[in-house]
Amino acid sequence: MIHLVRRDRASRRMAVAAPLLALLAAILSNLLLFVTMGKDPAAVFYALLLEPFLSWSSFSEVLLKTGPLLLIAQGLAIGFRAKVFNIGAEGQFILGAIFASAIPVYFPQATGGWIWPAMLVMGAIGGALWAVVPAFWRVRLNANEILVTLMMSLIAVQLLNYLLLGPWKDPMGFNFPQSVMFQYDAMIPILLPGTRVNASILLAFLAALLAWIYMQRSFGGYQFLVGGLAPKAATYAGFSQSRAIWLSLLIGGFAAGLAGAAEVAGPIGQLQRSISTGYGYAAIIVAYLGGLHPLGIVASAFLMAALYIGGDNAMVSADLPVAAVRVFQGSLLVCYLAAITFVRFRLVRTKVAPA
Amino acid sequence: MPAPLLSLRKMTKTYGQTVANSAIDLDVAEGSIHAILGENGAGKSTLMKLIYGVERPDEGEVLWNGIPVHLTSPAEARRLGIGMVFQHFSLFETLTVVENISLIVPGSKADLAARIRALGQDFGLTVDPFADVHALSVGERQRVEIIRCLLTEPRLLILDEPTSVLPPQAVGLLFETLRRLRAKGVSILFISHKLDEIRALCDRATILRGGRVTGDVDPRQHDSHDLARMMIGRDMPAPLHLAPMPAGEVRLELAALDHTPDDPFGIALAGVSLRLHAGEILGIAGISGNGQSELSRLISGETLLPASRRDEIRMMDQPVGNIGPAARRALGFAFVPEERLGRGAVPEMSLADNSLLTAHPLGLLKRGLIDRQAEAAFTAACIADFDVRTSGPEAEAGSLSGGNLQKFIMGREISLQPRLLFVAQPTWGVDVGAATAIRQRLVKMRNEGVAVLVISEELEELFEICDRIQVLHKGALSPSLDPRSTRPEEIGRWMIGAVGVAA
Repeated sequence: MIHLVRRDRASRRMAVAAPLLALLAAILSNLLLFVTMGKDPAAVFYALLLEPFLSWSSFSEVLLKTGPLLLIAQGLAIGFRAKVFNIGAEGQFILGAIFASAIPVYFPQATGGWIWPAMLVMGAIGGALWAVVPAFWRVRLNANEILVTLMMSLIAVQLLNYLLLGPWKDPMGFNFPQSVMFQYDAMIPILLPGTRVNASILLAFLAALLAWIYMQRSFGGYQFLVGGLAPKAATYAGFSQSRAIWLSLLIGGFAAGLAGAAEVAGPIGQLQRSISTGYGYAAIIVAYLGGLHPLGIVASAFLMAALYIGGDNAMVSADLPVAAVRVFQGSLLVCYLAAITFVRFRLVRTKVAPA
Repeated sequence: MPAPLLSLRKMTKTYGQTVANSAIDLDVAEGSIHAILGENGAGKSTLMKLIYGVERPDEGEVLWNGIPVHLTSPAEARRLGIGMVFQHFSLFETLTVVENISLIVPGSKADLAARIRALGQDFGLTVDPFADVHALSVGERQRVEIIRCLLTEPRLLILDEPTSVLPPQAVGLLFETLRRLRAKGVSILFISHKLDEIRALCDRATILRGGRVTGDVDPRQHDSHDLARMMIGRDMPAPLHLAPMPAGEVRLELAALDHTPDDPFGIALAGVSLRLHAGEILGIAGISGNGQSELSRLISGETLLPASRRDEIRMMDQPVGNIGPAARRALGFAFVPEERLGRGAVPEMSLADNSLLTAHPLGLLKRGLIDRQAEAAFTAACIADFDVRTSGPEAEAGSLSGGNLQKFIMGREISLQPRLLFVAQPTWGVDVGAATAIRQRLVKMRNEGVAVLVISEELEELFEICDRIQVLHKGALSPSLDPRSTRPEEIGRWMIGAVGVAA
């Protein structure tokens, strides 16, 4: 018989090992899956996990995708540690993109160095505003924020569709559902010449640093942790639960909105339907895979970005279906959730008492 | 000599690193009341779980009527004739007595009702078979549990701390029932840490300390002092003396406080009034579940009153009914809640981080950031001053024993230098040594002029440390009683709401 026995204290070693074990388990189980689908496992492995790092151009694409994932996941993790589950970063991301796009859409001729920073500010405000609704309902009516944030994401998609098919459609765009191409000053400056990596990745790393200070060092972050671990202790101490809900959702929305703005003012350069390839949802996995720890999230965001690029490669070179990357991401989360059990528990083999 | 009904040989059970039971021998004779005596954490409950088949021993042997048996489940134990009444009852409150019993005992309801009545007459366990359980008192519910066990005709009945939930009068009735059962040939294992009860009732006592047997005696031939020494390994501490103090100013006042909790199973408070002065200890007695948790949440500020009723609670002469716990602490209030894990402390956090919970205004923050050095220094001082046994400030709160965690929380709250200290169940699950230290500390606070409010189920504790006692029953508070001139039985009558009725 094998039992789970609670450890005397959380194991630091397991906390670090768990994501690595989960990655290993996810790779093995998915390779097995690809083999049963009749794909060549070596080719998939090469395309998915090695190719992203083998050329400068594909590595720079990994960095490009790391930015939004890192930014969104840092924002979400703060709320997750307070057990406020914002599942609607996707919608907040879209709203950020819409708010940011308002400037070049309405002032396409404007010039000046203020435009792209202003777009980032607009985007952050838009994302945070989208999170106001679930925060308000949760605090006032105790409506579950998981459902409300998720449904707000669906609304955001429809809002985006409405704008692109109607008022914001590029009149010269052959009826494609997309906005005008943004002017030069509406684009964030390129950081690494010859690539698409722009200055917004610095913002993502700055966010990681701020999150680290806030969550690991500040009393405000401490109150979040107490509220998440032991809500009754938070009430006992007099930490406001509604403040934690408001801040969690606003920070999450702010970061996701910023990421959305950086996407339209960066690699995409216009507002279109496919501005997000599921960043808002993938960031949930990134946050958990990083152990909800600001430094862990830096590593997991990078890993997830590499999987995005590797997945694109594998579709082309190893003939993998589109869904395979999503399956891989999902199984990574499942494996991780199983693995973190061992941070607080350990396996014990017990002798079966002789009957 | 016939073989004992039940014999345990070298029973051993470990949980991780903790040895809960180590090579325990026990013989329970036919037709005897046998006490298992020990402090909290001595291994009593583990031993009973082994006997009842809830847990299996790592080593050791069980003999039933001299024949080796393997107890693999409670069903197996019941088949042999072992019944158990747990400390926490397992009855459905929405069902009647007979419905609850028919869930376990086969037979038609009319049949069962007749048998319940018959048993009640034989053993003094009167209870109406058709009464709803939610309407029964704690003592009556316990009777239902005992009847349910007896209907399976056990030869051995295990009772886990049966008196801890009963007012003094009901204890007498329970003992009478147990004696009658013994006369009918049923053996009883009686678990307790109350020495007087064991000397009054039991034929034999096995004493446990730290998971080992430290005595196997006839309790009637030893005085409480001897038994206590076997139980705690040293002499009982001397009782405390309350020096008379001049009454100081009022530090806490509840003025006809009414409150209906949001929780449908909560107890509504009606017209609760009290006044607590500087330099006195006021005890709130009463059986748990009579509004204690509702009252303590109102006093602590975890439950708030609307601003229009803020005058119903006053602290340091200010209305506080509508302000939260942190604001009340700023006025000089400190509170040790009855739940230590998850309320008074966060189990997954280190003691150092748990210091921050309420002690953060004591210079543990620097411009909004946590000052780790100050935090560790504060925690280390707390650990040293209050004799908390732990590996250090980095130990997780959840890894401490109940008594040590309680000492830590007490230490943290006392370090706030409160003018009004409120402690709920100060010694629940705390061993005798630590309990004495905690009580002495409370008296010291009182002597230094702090107003101390204590909610406790342990009447003896309240008699030991309180200047005045008020009793909470069904959400109503009795007038103030003087422990020096009031007999425990009278408090007991208030506890069961029978004042004015002949006991």
